Amino acid sequence: MTIYIPTPLRTYAAGKDAVEVDAPTIAQALEALIGAHPDLRMHLFTAEGKLRAFVNLYLNDEDIRYLPAKEATSVRAGDTLSIIPSIAGGFR
Amino acid sequence: MGILHLTRAVYDQIRAHGERTYPNECCGVLLGHSALEGWNVEAAVAAGNTRTDSAHNRYQIAPLELVKIGREASRQGLNIAGFYHSHPDHPAQWSPTDLAEAHWLGCSYVITAVAKGQATVTNSFLLAGRTEEEKHFEQETIEVDGGQVSSDPSGPDPSGLDPN
Repeated sequence: MTIYIPTPLRTYAAGKDAVEVDAPTIAQALEALIGAHPDLRMHLFTAEGKLRAFVNLYLNDEDIRYLPAKEATSVRAGDTLSIIPSIAGGFR
Repeated sequence: MGILHLTRAVYDQIRAHGERTYPNECCGVLLGHSALEGWNVEAAVAAGNTRTDSAHNRYQIAPLELVKIGREASRQGLNIAGFYHSHPDHPAQWSPTDLAEAHWLGCSYVITAVAKGQATVTNSFLLAGRTEEEKHFEQETIEVDGGQVSSDPSGPDPSGLDPN
């Protein structure tokens, strides 16, 4: 599957905007990504190993938080996983 | 100070967007290429503000909309360079909320003040720092087609482009 890397994290992924991994689930795909690019771990996960709250993961067009199996969801070769930090703000 | 390069079309587009959504905040995505001193922005994509509960002082872009914008940008060989939003009847300065909710390190956050429906000052802030814990905003010079338009956060827009 293809994992899309957002602009801020490309510096920790050898400058790539997308990384191909071969894994059976979302969680294992992320581990494969971090195995290849270990510096990504601290930017994606807290010290306790939880996905950082502002990091959204989309399997194709689905927010993985709303998938029944969440990170344990099976993936196929043609799937895409997008890592998207949240965007928000305002003057108050 | 870094430099954010905008085309005239992008500069006009993001300011007009803020006027169109007034008295609510507008928001959108900046696409371009990185340069030595900052981003070269070649296109802006308007996004919907999902904070309909408090749109006059908050904005949020739906992650799925961002996923789709990012995919299309990649197809065009562009990168997400940053984001823009407006501050209706409020200065073009980042707020504590803007910093707390900013997570795209190395990207530019452009803010346009819109006073009584008219875009006034537009400023850009680079989200600097290597980690979420170290992040901070650094003001950037904005250049439009190579000319500086704004660097003083408290003064008038030196470009003479201010419609007021």
